[in-house]
Parts: sequence; structure tokens; C-alpha cells
Amino acid sequence: MTGQPRGAAFWILALVFALFVLFLYGPTIAIVLLSFQGPDGGLTFPMNGVSFHWFAKLYEGVGVVDIWAAFRRSIRLGLVVMGLTVVLSVAAGLAFRRRFAGSGPLFFVTVASLIVPSICVSLGIGLEFRLLDDQVNAMGGDFPWLVDGFTTTMGLFTSGLGAHLTWTLPFGLLIMFAVFNRFDRSYEEAARDLGATAWQTFRYVVLPIIGPSLIGVALFGFTLSYDELARSSQAIGDVNTLPLELQGLTTTVTTPEIYALGTVTTAVSFVVIGLALALILWARRRQERRGSDAGQGMV
Amino acid sequence: MSEPAGLELAAVTKRYGRTVAVDGISLRVPAGTYCCLLGPSGCGKTSTLRMVAGHEEVSDGDIMLGGEVINGLPPARRGTAMMFQNYALFPHLDCLDNVAFSLKMRGIGKADGRERAHRMLQLVEMDAYAGRLPAQLSGGQQQRVALARALITDPRILLLDEPLSALDPFLRVRMRAELRRFQKDLAISFVHVTHSQEEAMALADLIVVMNGGRIEQVGSPREVFNAPSSLFVARFIGGHNVIEDGPGATGGAVAVRNDLVRLVDAATLGGGGPGDGEIRRSGRVAGIEFQGSVVRVTVAADADLELTVDVAERAFFDNPVGLGDPVVAAWKPEDAHALTGGSA
Repeated sequence: MTGQPRGAAFWILALVFALFVLFLYGPTIAIVLLSFQGPDGGLTFPMNGVSFHWFAKLYEGVGVVDIWAAFRRSIRLGLVVMGLTVVLSVAAGLAFRRRFAGSGPLFFVTVASLIVPSICVSLGIGLEFRLLDDQVNAMGGDFPWLVDGFTTTMGLFTSGLGAHLTWTLPFGLLIMFAVFNRFDRSYEEAARDLGATAWQTFRYVVLPIIGPSLIGVALFGFTLSYDELARSSQAIGDVNTLPLELQGLTTTVTTPEIYALGTVTTAVSFVVIGLALALILWARRRQERRGSDAGQGMV
Repeated sequence: MSEPAGLELAAVTKRYGRTVAVDGISLRVPAGTYCCLLGPSGCGKTSTLRMVAGHEEVSDGDIMLGGEVINGLPPARRGTAMMFQNYALFPHLDCLDNVAFSLKMRGIGKADGRERAHRMLQLVEMDAYAGRLPAQLSGGQQQRVALARALITDPRILLLDEPLSALDPFLRVRMRAELRRFQKDLAISFVHVTHSQEEAMALADLIVVMNGGRIEQVGSPREVFNAPSSLFVARFIGGHNVIEDGPGATGGAVAVRNDLVRLVDAATLGGGGPGDGEIRRSGRVAGIEFQGSVVRVTVAADADLELTVDVAERAFFDNPVGLGDPVVAAWKPEDAHALTGGSA
């Protein structure tokens, strides 16, 4: 770089950026630090010793709620949301490559789901399922077995899954738009020219080329679902996801145990992101190795 | 190899909504011909090629290959193969798998397919690069792999969409010689879309000049160059002076090749001057461009007539002229070729 002294503008902007980064990561860092609070430490700084005490307590269980069951539920739901988001986004992205009757309005309706306040979406879903419950109960007159032990149609993989998809699908679709915008149609024409059927073209040409982007869509699907709170709040049924339990705990738990829980859930997010990045890297390496002729005397 | 087949278009039309991209063109390309579809962008040449390939539906008319109407068939069953503008090599497959792709799609066994792909790569001298990905190849190498991938389907005709436009000028000249050699060796027809008249002249047995969705002229490069049929062709093919109110016999527009126009020093005109019956236009030298074997002199005659004269390099420097010198451009009436057709 040049040896010129930095101007005032550089230092001001650098300060703004430093504050931004601090604001972005400061809270997470504080929580992670406090989760290693000593056994006699409190919810705030200063640290009173360093220990894994609160993680051990967490492992034993937090109060009356089964936090690990909630954790497993969140992971399971996240994985299902991830899979559905990838499949549906790709299908929708393919469909939107052609203009079809109503494609414009359909797109706006889809994206509007991001604009409507999440809590309203959640309430709406809750109301819808209550209507459905009424219908089921009404049919109980004719089919008594139907309502035998029936409480509600709401649940993790009915209303909860739906609520999460209203959140992840618009993002997935927008990513697919970007992906297909850059996709060169002549690859598909070349495949067709070489005798590939529509399915073969998708399977052997389109899918491998867009594959790396799908890892991104999957990552979005999982992480958006894993820490979703507002949309789940009124639509999840009898059981809670991890963020819902966490929210409940903030009002009842008064020890750094809650920070330990925060640290664990953050770590899970990082592990998922790390896995996705490793997967992308691995795919790229594999391709480079295949394409490499190093040591074969080539120039 | 498949039997080479002649291609015939009968009143082929392509409409996109209300726009007519190709307007009822008819054309016959004999088997084993190197044919160039030449024209400016938007003239309908690429649409025509894509209709033959089956990547664009024909709005009207018929396309026949070897006497069989093919415009209802899917691309892979037409006996055509297409090489795309940027080659469209599959970026995730190495050269061998790219070339073997069509065999795999047809369910041919892996060992057999690879064997045949290797042989095809040998033909284009790319077998040593079989394990490389397209991104690791130069433009010229990519073209060869694309050629191998197209040829492995045993086409009766090869369709090439601006195959040289992705290459740098030096490589372009080399690869076009290679294309020509392959066409001669394989003895099937190549239909090659280009907007470069230089490329078309260098390659083609048959040039089809297109403009505005219609065919302006069909002929050998020599025919098209020596006898452009219309104002448009004369201007597009280059190397011609187009004189709209030509003093020729017809009184219409005429074209005279730049190198058939002579420069006469205004001072030497007079008694016993240049050959009788020559057509002369006087003017001043407005530009001199050294081009190697010729020197291109622009002569500003009259109000809005500018003539281009290609003078052989030796002849020019034996008797040089300078900018602004008064000169006379002269040509024989029989070298002025009458043009028909609309304005361009």
C-alpha cells in the first residue's frame, strides 16, 4: 500500500465499522463468556471464577421442562424444513423460469409472506387449525373412532412445519431466482441435442451445476427454522421447540444455566454452517482432483 | 459414420409473436457442403440454424434432411448435431465424460462409451486432456472437445453457431482452418452461422447472405464477392464502392471492387490520358491507410460520394499521393456491377 497517512474519513469509518462488529458479536461473546461463570457467579459480569458448572447443570436438565427433548424436536423439524425447502424451492425456481399465467401475482403472494408480521402469520395458522379441529370434532358424530382421544390437529409436523415453511420458502425461492438467472440455458439445449430426456437433463446437467447453491438453500432452510420464534409461537401445538423453551426459561431461570443453553444452541448453528462449508469445499476439491492431470507429464 | 445428407429448407418462417424473424426462406445445401449463413445480428441466421437443430419450432414451412421432413422430430432424432456459441461444455464433467454424454444418455455401457469417447478425442487430438474439466482448457481446446462431443452422435450434418466468436483473433484463424479440415475429412455438411464476411469467405463452399429475415444472395464466395446482387450484399461483404447514382448503363446503383479502381494523378490527365471509355470521378485524397500488401486511399469526390481505392503497395509508393492532393479515380465500365434490390 501507499505510505500516505490515513485521512480523518478513514478513522471515522473504521470506528463506525468497529462499533458495528462489536454490536453484532458483542452479545454472543458476552453470553458465551458468562456461560463459563463459576458455580457462585451470577447472571452479570464480573466473572466469579471459570467453570463448566452450568453446562453440567444443563446436562442434568433445566427445572421442569425437558430441554433436550425440545432440542431434538428443533433439530428434527429443522431437518425436515431443510429438505422440503430445497425440493420445493428448486421446483418453484424451475417453474418460474417460464412465464405462466399468474406467475407475477403468485410471486408477489409468496414474497408477501416475508412482509406480513410473523406473529400475525402465526396467529392465522393457529386459527386455521382450530377451525380444522372443529371440523374433525363435528365429524365425530358419524365416526366416533375419529375423535377418540383427539385433542388437536396442531402439532410440530403439521401447523409447526407449515409455519416454518412460510418463512423459509420465500428465501429459498429468491435464492433460486438468483441461481437460475446465472444459469446458461445452452447447457440444457446441449443436453437435449445429445439425446437427454427432460429428466436426464435435470438429473445429469442442471442438478450437478446448481448443486453447490442448493447447499446454501439447505443451510438457510435449517438455520431459519432452528431459531424461529415468532411464527412458531401460536402454531406449534402442545410441544415446544428450543427457541420457545428458551424464551420461557428467560423468565423463570435466574442462573447462568440459561447462558450455557445459549452457548450450546449457538454452537449447533456454527457446527451446521461449518458442515455446509466443509461439504462445499469437499465437492470442489473432488472436482479439482478429477480434473487434474498433475504428474501425467502434461503442460 | 452416417451417410452425408443434403439439407433443404422450403419456405421456412419463424415468428415470435408479431415479429417475423425468418421470412419464408428456401435454401438447398447439397451433401458435403461447407455452408455459411452470413449476416448482421438480428438477420435471422441463428433462428434458422436453431430451427434446423430443433431448438426452435418452425412457424411455417418444412425442413428436410436427406429427403426426410425433420421439423417434427426432437433434436436428437434429426441426424443433426449442434455446436453452441460458447460450446456449452458441461462444467462439472471432464472432457471424456462430456464427449461420452450422449452415449450415456442412450444407455450405452460405460466401458464401451469411454472407449468410443477416447477414440473421438484422439480424432480431435485431445485425448491427452481427457481428464481435464472444461474450465482448465483454452478456448481452442474447448472447441475441439465440443466438436468431438457433437461428432460422437454420428450426425449427418453439423450445425455451428458462431463457433469462432469466443476466440481471440489469432486463434480464430487457426481454428477455422481446423474446422475446414474436419469438414473435408468427414465429408458431411457443416452449416456455420457467422457475422464475419472474412470468416465466411475463408471457409465456405456456399455463402448464404441474410438480411431482415430473408436471403439476399446464395453463391460461392467468389460469386458473392464478384457479383453482389444487392446494395446490402455489396456493403456487407465489403471491399466494394457502392455508387448509388452510378453512371452505368442501367442508371441504377453499381458496385465496383476497391482494387479495380485506379488512381490517376490529376496532373497527368489531358491529351493521351488513361484508357478510353473509363469512368472517372475527380476528388481529393481524404485518407490513406497502410494495410500491408495494399494501401487504402479514400477519395472524397463530389458532395457526398466517398470512394475507396485499394492500391497495391508497390504501385502506391512508386507514385505516391498525399492527403488533400487532387486525384481522379477511374474504373472500367465492365467492372461496375449493377445492383438490384432495396436500399441498405
